[in-house]
Amino acid sequence: MEIGFYPGCSLKGTSSEYAQSTLALAKAFDINLKEITDWNCCGATAAHNLNHELAMALPARVLALAEKDGMTEIVVPCAACYNRLTVTQHELNQSEELRDKISEVLQMPLSGNLQILNVMQFIDKYITNRIEEKVVKPFEHKVVCYYGCLLVRPQDILKFDRLEDPQSMDTLMKKIGADSMDWGYKTECCGAGFSVSRTDIVAKLSGKIVKDASDRGAEAIIVACPMCQSNLDMRRPQINSYLQMNIKTPVMYITQAMGLAVGLSKEEVGLKKLFVAPTFA
Amino acid sequence: MSKIGVFVCHCGENISATVDCEKVAEEASKITGVEVSVDYKYMCSDPGQTMIKEAIKEKGLTGVVVAACSPRMHEPTFRKACSEAGLNPYMCEMTNLREHCSWVHEKGDQTTEKAIDLVRMLVEKTKLNKPLNSIKVPIHKKALVIGGGIAGIQSSLDIANAGHQVILVEKDPSIGGHMSQLSETFPTLDCSQCILTPRMVEVAQHPNITLYTYAELEKLEGFIGNFKATIRLKAKSVDPKLCTGCGVCYSKCPTKKIPSEFNEGLGLRTAIYTPFPQAVPNKPVIDKTNCTYYTKGKCKVCQKVCPTGAIDFDRPDEFITEDIGAVVTATGFNVLKPNFFPEYGYGKYKDVITGLQFERLASASGPTLGAIRRPSDGTEPKKIVFIACAGSRDPAKGLPYCSKICCMYTAKHAMLYQHKVHDGESYVFYMDIRAAGKNYEEFVRRAIEDDGVNYVRGRVARVYEKDGKLIVKGVDTLLGGKPVEIEADMVVLASAGVASHGAEELAQKMHISYDPYKFFAEAHPKLKPVETNTAGIFLCGACQAPKDIPETVGMASGAAAKVIGLFSNSELTREPVVAVVNRIASHEVSTCVGCFLCETACPYQAIVHEEIKNRAGEVIKTVAQVNPGLCQGCGTCVSFCRSKSIDIQGFSNEQMYAEVMAVLEA
Amino acid sequence: MNNEFEPKILAFVCNWCTYAGADLTGTSRIKYASNVKIVRFPCTGRIDFMLLLKAFANGSDGVIVSGCHPNDCHYTSGNFHARRRWILFRSLLDFMGIDIRRIQFSWVSAAEGAKWADIVNTTVASIRELGPYTEYQRAGDFLANNEEELAKEMEVNNG
Repeated sequence: MEIGFYPGCSLKGTSSEYAQSTLALAKAFDINLKEITDWNCCGATAAHNLNHELAMALPARVLALAEKDGMTEIVVPCAACYNRLTVTQHELNQSEELRDKISEVLQMPLSGNLQILNVMQFIDKYITNRIEEKVVKPFEHKVVCYYGCLLVRPQDILKFDRLEDPQSMDTLMKKIGADSMDWGYKTECCGAGFSVSRTDIVAKLSGKIVKDASDRGAEAIIVACPMCQSNLDMRRPQINSYLQMNIKTPVMYITQAMGLAVGLSKEEVGLKKLFVAPTFA
Repeated sequence: MSKIGVFVCHCGENISATVDCEKVAEEASKITGVEVSVDYKYMCSDPGQTMIKEAIKEKGLTGVVVAACSPRMHEPTFRKACSEAGLNPYMCEMTNLREHCSWVHEKGDQTTEKAIDLVRMLVEKTKLNKPLNSIKVPIHKKALVIGGGIAGIQSSLDIANAGHQVILVEKDPSIGGHMSQLSETFPTLDCSQCILTPRMVEVAQHPNITLYTYAELEKLEGFIGNFKATIRLKAKSVDPKLCTGCGVCYSKCPTKKIPSEFNEGLGLRTAIYTPFPQAVPNKPVIDKTNCTYYTKGKCKVCQKVCPTGAIDFDRPDEFITEDIGAVVTATGFNVLKPNFFPEYGYGKYKDVITGLQFERLASASGPTLGAIRRPSDGTEPKKIVFIACAGSRDPAKGLPYCSKICCMYTAKHAMLYQHKVHDGESYVFYMDIRAAGKNYEEFVRRAIEDDGVNYVRGRVARVYEKDGKLIVKGVDTLLGGKPVEIEADMVVLASAGVASHGAEELAQKMHISYDPYKFFAEAHPKLKPVETNTAGIFLCGACQAPKDIPETVGMASGAAAKVIGLFSNSELTREPVVAVVNRIASHEVSTCVGCFLCETACPYQAIVHEEIKNRAGEVIKTVAQVNPGLCQGCGTCVSFCRSKSIDIQGFSNEQMYAEVMAVLEA
Repeated sequence: MNNEFEPKILAFVCNWCTYAGADLTGTSRIKYASNVKIVRFPCTGRIDFMLLLKAFANGSDGVIVSGCHPNDCHYTSGNFHARRRWILFRSLLDFMGIDIRRIQFSWVSAAEGAKWADIVNTTVASIRELGPYTEYQRAGDFLANNEEELAKEMEVNNG
């Protein structure tokens, strides 16, 4: 079975382990994720703040390319990419005029019928029904699931999970044996908007998240967004110095946790790439 | 041939100052069919009216046009005068020379010309007027009150005390409604039960009130004065005639762990139960969904212990029908329930409760006998947070309206908490304090100033549990938007008031309108607050919108007054300005094709289906028929009708065309 | 007397709001043009579209339709029906060659006496600018004068 795949910049760079683990997990379930030919930036970092048309055109090109490749469904692990692609497709489907305009800019037709799946939706659709039989090494750890902002908002467009208290990641983690705990920071801001310019604010905001997880005895924070991951993980020295503590709770992608549970090796899911190394795996 | 009399009024100088009244009368006399045309200083005066009456008698007038002031002013006057002279009152029309002509135009030929045109229009219309008789509808002087909360209780008592029969239907085993659940009431802090239970007993004992508890309206047919109501009496499994209310059954019932509805899930009840000790009637019912006999086929302990043999497991639901003249709907409201506040953790954290649950905690008859205790561990909360507008005024949650009662009961809750937990600390997060009502603002100030409740103006973003505490994260907008975090022991949500369960179905059964939030719609937002757009069905209390007790009681008495007014006559007299479906030539013929577009247009459900049968009794055609008891005469159906088969008396197509043509052809 | 065109305008109004509003204009002694004659209906929902056509066919230069504001209808929903009808028939009228600027559709409540005067005055002014409505008459004349030719054409089309 083959499904389209849009990695985006993060998964090709700082978060290559997210791509690696997603592809490995899919493969374990006999699913081949095929990269969209000649894909480009989703425009998440700057375009949507500066130029509405550009912000539409960039993701629209990706969608059009996927359609050109004959794909009907694409998996987009990065939460920011997922958000941009979904919002763009929604907006273009709302206005025929805008769609024609963008289509003209791209010089490519655009049907707007592509199914865009984030990692949870992908797992839920293709993997959950077979997960229990495949789990060889239950992920028996106390975890907290951190959803952040981009996966759940804007609710009316993404229509993903419960806005204020999402559950889908928790449900998946429980399926592989984890003790997914209730906590207070599921959707609080990690400060990604300031991840380059004001790292002091990132340390403060992410610090609260990490501290609550650690206070509750979580052995790992599970995420599905490269920005969340890098803020909570890569910025750990700043966080710890802000908190005046030495918190060692690792921040793992859900695909890594699931990969380990179905018997993939540490290397296959790219565990080494994490800054704060998990001690249990 | 028409013989029309035209009577032009000077209205002192009000008309004659700008309109040449003599000329108007003179020109009018030239119109075909005008038998007499005169002008006079004051047409509405006694000599003026006499002039009209005499002309009717002497000249045998078939129609009268009074060219004077607005018909909204004097149409009844002149119609009455005509009637006294033996002319059908609906053969009299007025044309408005004052408000629509002399007062709004300068003196001149043009103004007089317009006045002549106005007279001409009404003369042509009046020529086509038909004698109409006012409609009489008989009235069954018995009222149906749906809902036994304070609204239904008040309404029933008022109607019954006026000497009319009342049937009160309550879906629960006892009357009392939400008010019976409350602890103290604002702004006086008198105990709710103490003021309510005497009324409940009065209802049960009133000779004019028939009380059906555990009953629901099944069907409502008919129209004002002539409804037929079918009521489902749900099987109580206990024969009320035999039961003495001794209570042995529920003390012995082995199924004891059912969350009590009356205590909002904070207490437990048995499968055979009375909702609360002061219930009226104080006789138990068996909850079939939880009773072991009904679910597993064995037990029957209650039957064994009942000293009077009142338990009857096999009795089915019964149906009764009643002839009713008017209906008062008093079905109340509900509070918003779990899952609506994922961010507040309602349903996830035991110590996050609703305002109604807090009422039960604070009530002397409640599960804690009035002590404020945490549902999770039974300890006394030392720090409590009240969140106002939990759901209300929140378009993102789909409830943009204000629930109106929450500001006041939250202040009351905080006050009661401070009175019961002296070393406790209470916080209220609010958007605005809406304390409009007699002594309401003073009450809130007392909570803040005398009882030391901390009011924080801002919303709460999230509540989560940590180390046994509820962390309330909010913002203080008066401190420049500063984030506030409170470690509370208990959180009380002033959850929004929503329409009662089943409101939509009930509205559809009764053919009354409801708003997008399923609250019943009043006939006019200002001038008809207790009427619905279906004649004979009235509203009171929180089924129309969330409201507090005084307002509910006032509205209930208002609805009762409407019913009593209706019942003060044995017949209902109505203006004959109603729609009719034509029946030209013989009875069997109508141009109506039975498309029933009129039915879709009618806001009053006045269109009924009539079967035309041949002599053999076979249906040959189904056509529309107007129920004159329900029709209000708007005429929307007339412009919907494709075959022009339906028309409105007094504003018929023919009349309106004639009126329009008169001015254009002149 | 000047030679300015004096349009004939009919106002179809509901009994409960606009008629009462026009009464208020009177009691407030607010002056307005005398070209408009009011026809009273129980409700704007009653105002048959055919009446508008009838008015134009018989020489009306303009028509005002006015009733209660949305949600204020005495009969709950008649004005909504009227509004819906207006939206639908507007394009039909346009198609039929009746300039829709000749129809003024408005809401005037019983408290808006001044608004009524204003609507009458602006309507009279705008109709005056549009000039007399003659298209119907012209069409009628055309049909009458070309009866034979038209009959032939019909035959050709039908045949």
